[in-house]
Amino acid sequence: MSLTAKDKSIVKAFWGKASSKADDIGAEAFGRMLTVYPQTKTYFASWSDLSPGSAAVKKHGRTIMGGIAEAVGHIDDLTGGLASLSELHAFKLRVDPANFKILAHNLIVVLALFFPADFTPEVHMAVDKFFQNVAWALSEKYR
Amino acid sequence: MVEWTQEERVIIKEIFSKLNYEDVGPKSLCRILVVYPWTQRYFAHFGNLYNPEMILANPKIANHGVVVFRGLEMAVQNMDNIKNTYANLSKLHSEKLHVDPDNFQLLADCITIVIATKMRSAFTPEKQATWYKFLSVVVSALSKQYF
Repeated sequence: MSLTAKDKSIVKAFWGKASSKADDIGAEAFGRMLTVYPQTKTYFASWSDLSPGSAAVKKHGRTIMGGIAEAVGHIDDLTGGLASLSELHAFKLRVDPANFKILAHNLIVVLALFFPADFTPEVHMAVDKFFQNVAWALSEKYR
Repeated sequence: MVEWTQEERVIIKEIFSKLNYEDVGPKSLCRILVVYPWTQRYFAHFGNLYNPEMILANPKIANHGVVVFRGLEMAVQNMDNIKNTYANLSKLHSEKLHVDPDNFQLLADCITIVIATKMRSAFTPEKQATWYKFLSVVVSALSKQYF
């Protein structure tokens, strides 16, 4: 389900509103993912504090949102733009791609929570498609 | 056999007690029909589903949103026996309505998003986890009678 021109403009417009809260969004979404889907904690077994709001969770939330910002900037060529991130996830982190969907869901919950009026069904659809395409680009180098 | 802690029971009942079915029902159903448009296949006989505005204005969709939440209420009132409570509903969805059970998870996700827009920061990670557990049990029970 590739991104139409309309999807891209909706995503960019919404990101314009949401990006000022990027750090909070990232920390919330990542913290919620670890709480609601505990199997995702397996990728962070070496971390001492995985509770929502911990310094490590906040920091990693920022890292994730940096990747999202990168993706918005390369929305016309996600595979090219996210190539090195894909290599990182494929060869070093080896995150099962099923988890991208889980993180996307939690990002969407947080976006809905922070922007209840702006996160209309139409925006939700465009953002959902965007995250799906980002996940696809991130999985590119896996095999 | 699903085990619920006292805390989880309180959380589910508390979230439900604050819901206005006439509001969240139509919003949840509208959201799934817009975000996952292939789900419209089950509502072709409901009339005008041409665009998001038409879907939200459609009285049959609004009515059906309330029906969905009354169905969820049955699960809230029978939390220790959701599987049996939903046996007939599951058969209905399988044998009469022919709904692909993958759609149950999609609707569950849309319901969660609508509740997040209502409760905002009151929808804490812990409440989200309990809510997710509840909806997972509901989805599983609804899928049980398929063969």
